[in-house]
Amino acid sequence: MTVQELPGATAYPAWKLRTDPAPLLPDPEPYRVLGTEAAAGLDRELLLRLYDALVHGRRFNTQATALTKQGRLAVYPSSTGQEASEVAAALVLEERDWLFPSYRDTLAAVARGLDPVEALTLLRGDWHTGYDPRESRIAPLSTPLATQLPHAVGLAHAARLAGDDVVALAMVGDGGTSEGDFHEALNFAAVWRAPVVFLVQNNGFAISVPLAKQTAAPSLAHKAVGYGMPGRLVDGNDAAAMHQVLSEAVRRARTGGGPTLIEAVTYRMDAHTNADDATRYRADAEVEAWRAHDPVRLLEGELTGRGLLDEERRGAAAEAAEAMAADLRGRMNADPLLDPMDLFAQIYDVPTPQLREQSEQLRAELEAEAGR
Amino acid sequence: MAQALQRAMRDAMAEDPAVHVMGEDVGTLGGVFRVTDGLAKEFGEDRCTDTPLAEAGILGAAVGMAMYGLRPVVEMQFDAFAYPAFEQLVSHVSRMRNRTRGALPMPIVVRVPYGGGIGGVEHHSDSSEAYYMATPGLHVVTPSTVPDAYGLLRAAIASDDPVIFLEPKRLYWSKAEWSPDAPAAVEPIGRAVVRRAGSSATLLTYGPSVPVCLEAAEAARDEGWDLEVVDLRSLVPFDDATVCASVRRTGRAVVVHESAGFGGPGGEIAARVTERCFHHLEAPVLRVAGFDIPYPPPMLERHHLPGVDRVLDAVARLQWEAQS
Ligand SMILES: Cc1ncc(C[n+]2csc(CCOP(=O)(O)OP(=O)(O)O)c2C)c(N)n1
Repeated sequence: MTVQELPGATAYPAWKLRTDPAPLLPDPEPYRVLGTEAAAGLDRELLLRLYDALVHGRRFNTQATALTKQGRLAVYPSSTGQEASEVAAALVLEERDWLFPSYRDTLAAVARGLDPVEALTLLRGDWHTGYDPRESRIAPLSTPLATQLPHAVGLAHAARLAGDDVVALAMVGDGGTSEGDFHEALNFAAVWRAPVVFLVQNNGFAISVPLAKQTAAPSLAHKAVGYGMPGRLVDGNDAAAMHQVLSEAVRRARTGGGPTLIEAVTYRMDAHTNADDATRYRADAEVEAWRAHDPVRLLEGELTGRGLLDEERRGAAAEAAEAMAADLRGRMNADPLLDPMDLFAQIYDVPTPQLREQSEQLRAELEAEAGR
Repeated sequence: MAQALQRAMRDAMAEDPAVHVMGEDVGTLGGVFRVTDGLAKEFGEDRCTDTPLAEAGILGAAVGMAMYGLRPVVEMQFDAFAYPAFEQLVSHVSRMRNRTRGALPMPIVVRVPYGGGIGGVEHHSDSSEAYYMATPGLHVVTPSTVPDAYGLLRAAIASDDPVIFLEPKRLYWSKAEWSPDAPAAVEPIGRAVVRRAGSSATLLTYGPSVPVCLEAAEAARDEGWDLEVVDLRSLVPFDDATVCASVRRTGRAVVVHESAGFGGPGGEIAARVTERCFHHLEAPVLRVAGFDIPYPPPMLERHHLPGVDRVLDAVARLQWEAQS
């Protein structure tokens, strides 16, 4: 009995491929531009903009890491080494688009224009989200992995229903792709042809677990084919390549072409967070090898080679980054003004009688404490 | 305590080849709290396995492993990251024995670091015990001392039923007169213990709140109260006998825990005590709990967590005047 003879088979056989998988398949070599011939055609202004953003981003990472050592941040999951992908994700979006970052993507939020202090409240510990997601069009940094991906799909779907050409760009780590939410989000997005771009930053590890223990897929980008969307592998340290591939995916999404899955191949230069001891699970030699492929140096090399980066321009970028770092340091060194009564703010639209009672209890405790 | 828990798994694995440890980062890293440190080295990666990052998958796979005769010990990295596994827990783990008329028991231990007080950012400090207690078919236990951590985990692994093993993460680093060479006898699950004898009132508590209540009991001496502290250790099954014996003796009780009060464990406990000890009670059973709010950011958590003062305030409200 052939499949076609199965009861319930309709005119279009269920077993027949619905899409030719070939165009969906990623090129197994990560896409690169910097250092190749293709780089000659790159827009000078764009490269310089990326350069400024990378220098700024690197400084943001080193400053935030320093703040953990001073006890000013509870924790910081550094994206040092991943700046090209973080920054490109922010720069390819229009103002009306939405970014759905994971907990490691503070830099993407900052590169999108968010005040660094507001972006860091979650990690400082004064509030869970220190900015207005509607105003910034940046969803709260998601701590539970991959759970923000279905949100991105829903928002993009809703925008399309409303007739708005808004795109959602959702970020997740290599480890996060193992979660059920990742699968469900990709499937929904493909079935609904939602204007979403999924950006996986494959930085080699999920805390201590290397990619080989995370997936047996040829690459994470290959997963796209199973959902019926194109997958793209990119050198995540190549800012120009990241910008190109992301721009193309955003354009595709905006013009009704549906979602894309992009895997940025990169590396986490620091430990998982400042609380982690990376020497337990990886060798220094590996880290050193990646240092030679540093995103800032890569772009700098390209710009210098083409005579686009003089000392003045380099100095200006460094200076701007330093000013941001000094401002961040200064403002983070002040204790945030916190009102313990805020514990009861915004639990519900209208507080329950029980919460009113509990807030009165806390108020009395605070007064007693102050009177002591 | 982390060391005692690790020792419990090591001993269980050495005694029974069916015991398998699995979870995120439990192998090479030894877990983010180092509780499984060294197990992969000693027993191999097939016995202590770094899984892909998927809680539903981990627990679902554990169900299948248990069906085939293994005894999985699953680590959930943090309280709030166990939520993706709820489907497996509620739909399968908790009711598999019942729906198969005993053919498929589920000897699974789910270890969950839980509770606040370590300055963790959001989703790292939840007290999720009420959700587990509300699911029939699960045992729910939580140690507060180092010897109990060892004994209870051994008992949990030995149990043929699923056990949610809640590890108070702020007690991971607590030390005690305890030698890994001479671990205490393993007590069956389901027994509460009197941690401090007293006569004026009983503090009913468990896990991370036990040290708080012991401190409160010391402070209460200055006020002339002699407080008894009962460590419940096991929320399911619940030790009515030990609890009621204490409350009948003292005539007053306060339940103390960090998870939200409304719909929380304290309500169930207070109701049970009232049902069984009504004529012995001199005052209503009071509850001291975390506020009914999502767990707050680290900089505000001290205002949320029930501390010594809040416990003493409740003790003061136990209608002492009415006695005379
Ligand atoms: C649902 C869930 N499970 C577990 C965790 C704990 N956790 C935080 S980060 C992390 C590793 C994430 O790795 P990956 O997705 O590769 O992102 P990366 O940290 O490398 O950027 C884990 C296991 C979590 N935050 N959420």
